[in-house]
Amino acid sequence: MTVLPYADALAAYDPVLGLEVHVELNTTSKMFCGCSTAFGAEPNTQVCPVCLGLPGSLPAVNAKAVESAIRIGLALNCTIAEWCRFARKNYFYPDMPKNYQISQYDEPIAYDGWTEVVLDGEIYRIGIERAHMEEDTGKSLHVGGATGRIHGADYSLLDYNRSGVPLIEIVTKPVEGTGAKAPEVARAYVTMLRDLLRTLGVSDVRMEQGSLRCDANVSLRPVGRSTFGTRTETKNVNSLRSVERAVRYEITRQAAILASGGRVTQETRHWHEDSGITTPGRNKETAEDYRYFPEPDLVPIAPSREWVEELHATLPEPPTARLKRVRAEWGFSELEMRDVVSAGAVNAIEATVAAGATPQSARKWWLTEIARHANEEGVDLEAVGVTPQQVAEIQALVENGTINDKLARQVFEGVIAGEGSPAEVVTARKLAIVSDEGALAAAVNEAINANPDIVDKIKSGKVQATGALIGSVMKQMRGQADAARVREMILEKIG
Amino acid sequence: MALTAEDVANLARLARIELSEAELEVLAPQLDVILESVARVSDVAAQDIPPTSHALPLTNVFREDELRASLSREQVLAGAPAAEQMRFRVPKILGEEA
Repeated sequence: MTVLPYADALAAYDPVLGLEVHVELNTTSKMFCGCSTAFGAEPNTQVCPVCLGLPGSLPAVNAKAVESAIRIGLALNCTIAEWCRFARKNYFYPDMPKNYQISQYDEPIAYDGWTEVVLDGEIYRIGIERAHMEEDTGKSLHVGGATGRIHGADYSLLDYNRSGVPLIEIVTKPVEGTGAKAPEVARAYVTMLRDLLRTLGVSDVRMEQGSLRCDANVSLRPVGRSTFGTRTETKNVNSLRSVERAVRYEITRQAAILASGGRVTQETRHWHEDSGITTPGRNKETAEDYRYFPEPDLVPIAPSREWVEELHATLPEPPTARLKRVRAEWGFSELEMRDVVSAGAVNAIEATVAAGATPQSARKWWLTEIARHANEEGVDLEAVGVTPQQVAEIQALVENGTINDKLARQVFEGVIAGEGSPAEVVTARKLAIVSDEGALAAAVNEAINANPDIVDKIKSGKVQATGALIGSVMKQMRGQADAARVREMILEKIG
Repeated sequence: MALTAEDVANLARLARIELSEAELEVLAPQLDVILESVARVSDVAAQDIPPTSHALPLTNVFREDELRASLSREQVLAGAPAAEQMRFRVPKILGEEA
């Protein structure tokens, strides 16, 4: 497959994105029946006549799923429909035992919203076309064939545990004007959505388990043109990193076709994580071919304005707004905040500040000492083994002069090694700064007597040479001295 | 608007029903009669009568988010054309290019 180098692609073409995210709700029971939605159960143990599509069975709408759908819509600044219906989307595929999926068509429960993502300090506003309710399909396992994929498979095995799990599809409006940042904006959007949905508590949002799935629509148009080019829809994008990679790949692939005078085919494509490319997927029927019609087995949904208002009033603070707020409260620069966010330290810093530390000291410890341990062990900051409370205690010990920053690192090591609380580590490792003036004076004298040449330099005005003497004193004190006090004593003595 | 044999062939394809040329020729005019009959509804539907999809004047019929017993796997797979690894075994996905 020919691709154009990314920079060349962007010099000639302007990418337009459209992102469709499917999120499985974490309700206890399915969308239209009382079967469990729990992930990972033995195949076909969480199914009943309704989600198997047996004749005579009737769906019944899960109230909690509707509530979650409305909350998601509100969090994305959507209008909530005063009245809407479910619709049947007709198609034949073994993962859909009814031969239709209950979805919503031209009457989504939430529509016309917007959200924001922050990338490298810049805010991108993303329009939301709609968020609608539907049910998930079963899971196929393709058996035989060389690749294990559909192509070449001899037959398929179906597990319907997932069939009927409540699903919300969130569709953006065309995302324009992102230029070369398009792949990163796509990733930032899905990341933001994941955080938002987690904050709302409506989904497990685990991409690796398929409870959050993304389809990425990409089209290119010559720079300066306003009409959209032909788009492709890439499926099977199952990690945040893949979202960025798949969009980037499609841009370079489509650019190569356009640059050589060809035309992009409107199609569904399949993302391959291992090889980092997309290939044409199954040719789905076009929208008219699904023969949508209002679901006769379910009556319309008309959320009362009181209910919507009540749900609106109890929405948690959105992630982007929260970041803005804490940055202002903590007085961090854009750059500092960006580092904190990319290190995943926002929660930890918030908890450390709540435990009494200053924001800057909390930031310092989480992004240096603790981040270093996290990197070495390949774990998240929270898994290193230091609590926000302990970080605040260590910082308090620095501020009251018991230890200095250098000694604090040893305290962190002790705490991480499980030697006890910060105070216990200081005692056990004998890390407290020596405040005995007599001992300090003796060490200062020793340093001065041993380094007459440095003393001469200081006397001749080279004050920066004091550093060497301070180092000598600190060495004698095994680091357990207040460097500022040592400097004072040296200058008093010489000056 | 008369339904053509071509229209019926397309519907048959979407519904996975195999129809011969002769059957298409017979069905097209028959389906056309049905469509025309239903279309007569629009003769009586005035501006003040909104389109409706349900006979019952109900909205918001919900069920609480509570578990109900699922079927046993034996019951579930009893209706399967074939089963393997506790799953329904079906022919290679329909309409897929090999």
